[in-house]
Amino acid sequence: MKSFDELSLKEIVDEVQDGFILGIPADYSGVPMKFTKELIKKGVKNLKLYCLPLTTIQGDMLIGSGCVSEIEAAAVTLGEFGMAPRFSEAVENGKILIKDSTCPALHAQLQATEKSVPFMPLRGVIGSDIQKHRKDWHVISNPMKSSGVKEEPILLLPAVQLDILVFHAPCSDRNGNIQIGRRRELATLAHASKKVFVTVEKVLDIDFFEDELSAATCLPALYVNGISIVKNGAWPCALPGVYSSDNEELKKYSLAAKTKEGFGEYMRYCL
Amino acid sequence: MILDIQREELLISQLADLLKNDKHVAVGAASPIPGAAALLAKEEAKFWNKRLRVTILHSNKYNNFTDGARELFDCAAQGRIDTFFLGGVQIDGQANINLVGTGEYPKIKKRFPGSFGSALMYFVVPQIILFREEHSPRTLVKKVDFISAPGVSERGVYRPGGPKYLLTNRALFKFNKNLQKFSLFKINEKETVKNLIKMTGFNFDLDNKISQMPNPDTNRINILRNKIAPMVSEFYPEFANRIWGI
Repeated sequence: MKSFDELSLKEIVDEVQDGFILGIPADYSGVPMKFTKELIKKGVKNLKLYCLPLTTIQGDMLIGSGCVSEIEAAAVTLGEFGMAPRFSEAVENGKILIKDSTCPALHAQLQATEKSVPFMPLRGVIGSDIQKHRKDWHVISNPMKSSGVKEEPILLLPAVQLDILVFHAPCSDRNGNIQIGRRRELATLAHASKKVFVTVEKVLDIDFFEDELSAATCLPALYVNGISIVKNGAWPCALPGVYSSDNEELKKYSLAAKTKEGFGEYMRYCL
Repeated sequence: MILDIQREELLISQLADLLKNDKHVAVGAASPIPGAAALLAKEEAKFWNKRLRVTILHSNKYNNFTDGARELFDCAAQGRIDTFFLGGVQIDGQANINLVGTGEYPKIKKRFPGSFGSALMYFVVPQIILFREEHSPRTLVKKVDFISAPGVSERGVYRPGGPKYLLTNRALFKFNKNLQKFSLFKINEKETVKNLIKMTGFNFDLDNKISQMPNPDTNRINILRNKIAPMVSEFYPEFANRIWGI
């Protein structure tokens, strides 16, 4: 049946080394929560989280557990359940470095890597304090006559390559193609990552490429280094189209994580 | 019949009034009131034989995008979105918004989630409506501690979009781009101009025709409660439950 060897979750976790740039999907694109908890158990250190473009409980938990030294994001929040308390505490006390960004910039930096060009221009942002504090960003004057206004100041963003990306998806086919549906930012993340691992709810004994509809909504296996079957792998986050978020649990986390002690207790229970 | 109108319903109604000329309204993160307003305006547009397209980012159902999360920004940059909503931990008199935190960056005192997509959306969407429920000297400040996105830009910077309105619990302001200043336009029936001046950290002008925020009529309230509320509960369940008990 399968034309790929399934990995255990532990084998995926072991791929993550201290200091890696780890790609983090947004709460709407398949958060690998089971993987994240295993990663915390392993005690990985100094991760640099690259969020596309934001993170919720996943980032907050990793930060609270001391796994993170740096985070690049447009937002860290628990959404309807308020602020991400461990993130806020860590930033306020200088425990982690936050590279404040804005959503389209986080997309564009990965798009540069997709195309293997050194930078990507982006409009907007100029005159903001985000731009002022990002020494890795540059403003130049538009050198092109053919488009836009010549001499228009325009922002250039460096290409960013991730060391590793892990996300959770509804299923793969027997050839290791991953169903991502409309969550195309997962393809952007995968294209820009040295290694990609996916946890899935199940493996289907079909070939996504035999049908135009499923072919258009999958991430081809050529970008995927390994797959592990992990049931309910996004819980308590939602897996769009499969299950919704467990709001009771998210609320419980948001209340517990308000203090260091509460967070510690929650993590002991959930690990 | 006198309706018992909730504060949130009044705000939804004010926002819906500002969307009447739009063809495409998009709603970003953490925005249940703008989301409800956009869906309400869409429903009401049908009476005038008009079509309003609404894209709600945090919904699977009311979302028109298939090209991933970047499509909102690409779509906005192409000029295909007429109205978008932005908030702020702080908003100042020049319409600069701060979504990052208070205190001197990077040694921030109180950290908030972050700037989201504001630093592009504020530049490219023609009608940005700033929305912040809390109207106090703490939220509406003389100068923001961190500029997530500037209210105005220098000449030469590509900027077809920008702030048009600011709505709070207490009032609705228009933004005058040339004067780089807000002017008071509508006030909540429980408010006075004098109190608003006291509660606002920045100076603002007074419009020559200041009026009261109109309450939504029975018809609008019925649509909102019967038709829109269940839709909102799909993408903001906590909010819908709190306001409408569904």
